[in-house]
Amino acid sequence: MSTSLKLKELSRKEELLTGGHRMCAGCGAPIIVRQILLASDRPLIASNATGCLEVSTTIFPYTSWKIPWIHSAFENAAATISGVESMYRSLKKQGKLDKDLKFIAFGGDGGTYDIGLQSLSGAMERGHDIVYVCYDNGAYMNTGIQRSSATPKGADTTTSPAGTVKQGKQQPRKNMTKIMAAHNIPYAAQASPSNWRDLMTKARKAIEVDGPAFLNVISPCNRGWRTPTNVTIELCKTAIETCFWPLYEYEDGKLTVNYKPKEIKPVTEFLKTQGRFKHLFNPGNEGLLKQIQDDIDRDWELLLKQEACDKSN
Amino acid sequence: MGKLLAVTGNQAMAEAMRQINPDVCAAYPITPSTEVMQRFSSFVADGAVDTELVTVESEHSAMSACIGAAAAGGRVMTATSSQGLALMWEMLHIASGNRIPIVLTLVNRALSAPLNIHGDHSDSMGARDCGWIQIYSENGQEAYDNLIQAVRIAEHEDVRLPAMVCMDGFIISHSIESMEYLDDQVVRDFIGSFTPTYPLLDNDNPVTYGPLVLPDYFIEFKKAQHEATMAARDVTLEVAKDFAKISGRSYGLFEDYKLDDADIALVILNSAAGTAKDVVDEFRNKGIKAGILKPRLFRPFPYEEVGDALKNTKAVAVLDRSDSYGGFGPGYMEIASALMINSSRPILINKIYGLGGRDFFPEHAGAVLNELKEIAATGNVKTFKEYIGYRD
Amino acid sequence: MKLKNWKELAIGSVVPEAGNADSYNTGSWRTFRPAIIEENCIQCLFCWIYCPDSSIIVEEEKMVGFDYEHCKGCGICADVCPGKKGKKAIEMAEEGK
Ligand code: SF4
Ligand code: SF4
Repeated sequence: MSTSLKLKELSRKEELLTGGHRMCAGCGAPIIVRQILLASDRPLIASNATGCLEVSTTIFPYTSWKIPWIHSAFENAAATISGVESMYRSLKKQGKLDKDLKFIAFGGDGGTYDIGLQSLSGAMERGHDIVYVCYDNGAYMNTGIQRSSATPKGADTTTSPAGTVKQGKQQPRKNMTKIMAAHNIPYAAQASPSNWRDLMTKARKAIEVDGPAFLNVISPCNRGWRTPTNVTIELCKTAIETCFWPLYEYEDGKLTVNYKPKEIKPVTEFLKTQGRFKHLFNPGNEGLLKQIQDDIDRDWELLLKQEACDKSN
Repeated sequence: MGKLLAVTGNQAMAEAMRQINPDVCAAYPITPSTEVMQRFSSFVADGAVDTELVTVESEHSAMSACIGAAAAGGRVMTATSSQGLALMWEMLHIASGNRIPIVLTLVNRALSAPLNIHGDHSDSMGARDCGWIQIYSENGQEAYDNLIQAVRIAEHEDVRLPAMVCMDGFIISHSIESMEYLDDQVVRDFIGSFTPTYPLLDNDNPVTYGPLVLPDYFIEFKKAQHEATMAARDVTLEVAKDFAKISGRSYGLFEDYKLDDADIALVILNSAAGTAKDVVDEFRNKGIKAGILKPRLFRPFPYEEVGDALKNTKAVAVLDRSDSYGGFGPGYMEIASALMINSSRPILINKIYGLGGRDFFPEHAGAVLNELKEIAATGNVKTFKEYIGYRD
Repeated sequence: MKLKNWKELAIGSVVPEAGNADSYNTGSWRTFRPAIIEENCIQCLFCWIYCPDSSIIVEEEKMVGFDYEHCKGCGICADVCPGKKGKKAIEMAEEGK
């Protein structure tokens, strides 16, 4: 029996990520992890790509994890968990293990969109019974805010600084959720910790589904985004209301957009909350702001069209 | 009693793996080791083994999956060569640092560039500092025997480290020789069952693998790793003793061939040792006291035993099938270290041969032995390190 | 705490004590301290589900206070708290004041 997704009931469950980890105050990643672990009704075994979440939760001799957990390197959280899952299947098949376990991997956007893309793609294609969760904060935050292929266009990072000639990152973000959906896996979704019920429902679907699943979750980073520590959840909400981070899911390839803002806010509402986009509001950058808005409008239109198309099929 | 067959080195390794019946294997193709996992895949397809085969998208993922699988709690194997081992590099250190006993067949092949698919030892020698146990094999029989023994060595309580068994690409991997396979049950009884230390799949006792270890603890773990690696030396001998009982074939830390009373000697690894032995026989027939030391266990390296074995010789040449550019060959450096232990020691020279699969002919061994004879008589050394068997 | 020597440590840097970070204090990081104003609390538990540091103490489905051993003072709980009639049930105050 699955527990219902009501906070009161959930509050009775055991906390599987303890306090005492060394993530920055106000970080989005541990909120995401807590919500996902709380959502699961099955025992989970986790792997973790090198990154903020990994180092900060397991500084020897301490660990915040109350579930079995393994980190081996940066680019291979998916390959590592695929090995764990294969051993599970082998031992079960041989009658040496009698348990119902599910396997989950966590990686930041660097470990997912960039260096870990190949290993993730391979694991998804092989069809392991795993959930891969990307907490996407849009840069290599652990090493000090370097641009990744998840960094939004225009963002000021230490390797895409806003200078006199270049105004932050030149390229738009890679669309990782679509790339994962294109693997024809049974479940892929985009979510946000601000919409905890949506995220936890998606986590549950991902965990319950037989085969590989992917969750892309927006994860505000106050150091990299240059925001106060207390606005993490507000930032997520604005990202959703501006369609910078739409909430949607692919179930057996069929797209559903889970939330449609009644009135879509201009992306500047999201950008202006963060120091990393401050320079975009300088005179002369109007064209760049328009490009960013145009990209978002186009992607949103596409999502709605695809949803309509999938519905009519 | 086992059965006698004519098979290739790769076939023998696949057969040993079938008999070992690992719980999980990772497979990624690379010449010349491809055939090992290819044959093993047929065993999986035919239900001849219980193994879950993870057909990864790269060698990096192969080793990552092996680490995950072994940490999960079971027996894990894979095979690779050259660039494949190079791509695994990062993960080789992680497997040993995490004390995960994976057993790997390494079919030796030159590292690129230039691109080459033939046998030399640049891959495994480059990996000698990765914390893996390394065992070298002259021929298919030795490779087969070593692979079975490696499981016991790697999994031994005092060791718990990954191990690679090396044999020469093409020269051994693709040549047919006659050898003896042990019976399946004999192999299974010999390796026994494996009890993992901290299986991840035991979710009633959750553990954390791979934390961030800062200077307050790091060196303690490395000291423990060093001790475990050193322990593999005695464990290798103990396992060899048991193996002799089931096979009638005896193995040591290295093979000494006519070394007891030798004045001059070659130190040479893997397949070329076979060629060199014939030449040593010719020299012996001429009354020249020549011998061979063929290393088997290269990591941990048995310095004392090797130093003792060579201490009464007058001149020794280490033949390396790989180079440490700007330094001596890797084998030479180890032998030089081993010789430092005794006050009496031979003059030591280094020859680099056979790179990229270049043939090693009897005349090469003969020329080196003649040079050693000269050095032993005069004490004069022309050059301590040089390449042989190339066009000038 | 006496640090373990190389023989006492678990093999391969495994940490066998799951969740032992619980005994590590991150409360000292705080510059702002959350405090509860009980009469404004509607027990929605938003503070609990959004706390990055598992530092909202909930007993019998009720928010009863803060785990000051681990709370880093980020202020998310106060930010998300709807409170009663526009009056928040969590306030952040500078430490030591
Ligand atoms: S201030 Fe931050 S860490 Fe402290 S209880 Fe509130 S949300 Fe949790
Ligand atoms: S968020 Fe505010 S109102 Fe809701 S439970 Fe927490 S303190 Fe009470």
